[in-house]
Amino acid sequence: MTERFIQLFKETLEMEDKDVQPSDAFREYEEWDSLGQLSLIAMIDEEYDVVIEGKPFMEIKTIGELIKTIEQLKSAL
Amino acid sequence: MAFQEIKNVVIRGMAACVPEHVEDNRQQPLLGSAEDIARFIENTSIIRRHTVGNSGICTSDLCFTAAQQLINELGWQKAEIDCLLFVTQTPDYQLPSTACILQERLGLPTECFAMQISLGCSGWVYGLSTIASLICNGQFKKGLLLVGDTVTVTKSPLDKSTFPLFGDAGTATAIEFEEGAAGIKVHTGTDGRGYDAIIIKDGGYRHPFSESSLQMQERETGIVRNNLQSYLNGTDVFIFGITRAPQSIKALAQRFNIDLQELDYVVFHQANKMMTEQIRKKIKVAPEKIPYSLSEYGNTSSASIPLTMLTALKEQLTHGKQKLIGCAFGVGLSWGSVYFETENLCCPSILYL
Repeated sequence: MTERFIQLFKETLEMEDKDVQPSDAFREYEEWDSLGQLSLIAMIDEEYDVVIEGKPFMEIKTIGELIKTIEQLKSAL
Repeated sequence: MAFQEIKNVVIRGMAACVPEHVEDNRQQPLLGSAEDIARFIENTSIIRRHTVGNSGICTSDLCFTAAQQLINELGWQKAEIDCLLFVTQTPDYQLPSTACILQERLGLPTECFAMQISLGCSGWVYGLSTIASLICNGQFKKGLLLVGDTVTVTKSPLDKSTFPLFGDAGTATAIEFEEGAAGIKVHTGTDGRGYDAIIIKDGGYRHPFSESSLQMQERETGIVRNNLQSYLNGTDVFIFGITRAPQSIKALAQRFNIDLQELDYVVFHQANKMMTEQIRKKIKVAPEKIPYSLSEYGNTSSASIPLTMLTALKEQLTHGKQKLIGCAFGVGLSWGSVYFETENLCCPSILYL
């Protein structure tokens, strides 16, 4: 899950040539902006069939936390 | 569940009027570098927007022009029009209701039911279901549904999160009583928990206009506005749209046994391409069944569904039968989907003011 998610994350944010780690605070990437955020929400919806609500989404800081939230939402389905 | 099946009504025609004045996002400094502009346009599909600018044109002016043309081309007698609904969040005055002003201006009889409804993006779907309910038992015979907004006047020109997205438009839809007609099928939803996701805070009676209402404040980088100008939480609204819109269409289809694959078109409220495309994938309808007006008009609030039908489907609507779903979602939060069929619709060309 982690490896594939990171791959999808990089494609979505158009940062294929960058090193991305689960511990990264993704909001600090220079590629991160509001459009990137919407693209990420759309990608997660499409690939994992879950939509993270606005408030909890804004509290997520790292890629690892993002993956954990998706897994939790998927197992609750 | 908020489902309605409203029989004995037929949509006869629709018209739209937009301001002549155009703003081009390719020359919009708020959006940043040429690269940023290209990325904005790629994701939203919004290139140009017709806006009222400083002209003073009101929504009622746009709707009036659309209605006049539609009445003429339909050959309706004004004396027969006994029902008028005006759906807008940008009326002429706090009071009276602009619906009354439009009754007089259009020369409709004083024996006329006229009312204003305050809804934004979802307005056409709600307006259609309301006017259909008023007409369906035959007590009113001919109705005009006037829907639109000059939504750009509510946005700060210094707010990159709203200003480049919106355009202005007014529309008119003609609805008539016809015994035995299949009518329309509707699903609607409301979630007031999101009331502040899109909001103009001051100027109503909760937070009356005061001197501080006019203070321009930087809320985030690139977002400078005052409290008489609209705030938009793009992320919350995006999440809301991609969740509720597909749910609503699926609920409508299930309740009324509608096969989505047999539809000719699904006409979405035009928020931005990324959002619409996401909703389309979730209802599994082919891209060619989704018409757009975003590139020329942007997000035109409540006018978006009729404006999109007129710009993208004029030929198909004018000649022959079509099966459609209209689906709209936004400020409120409020959303709805409507299934309807059209036959040889009267569709005047887009009008300009």
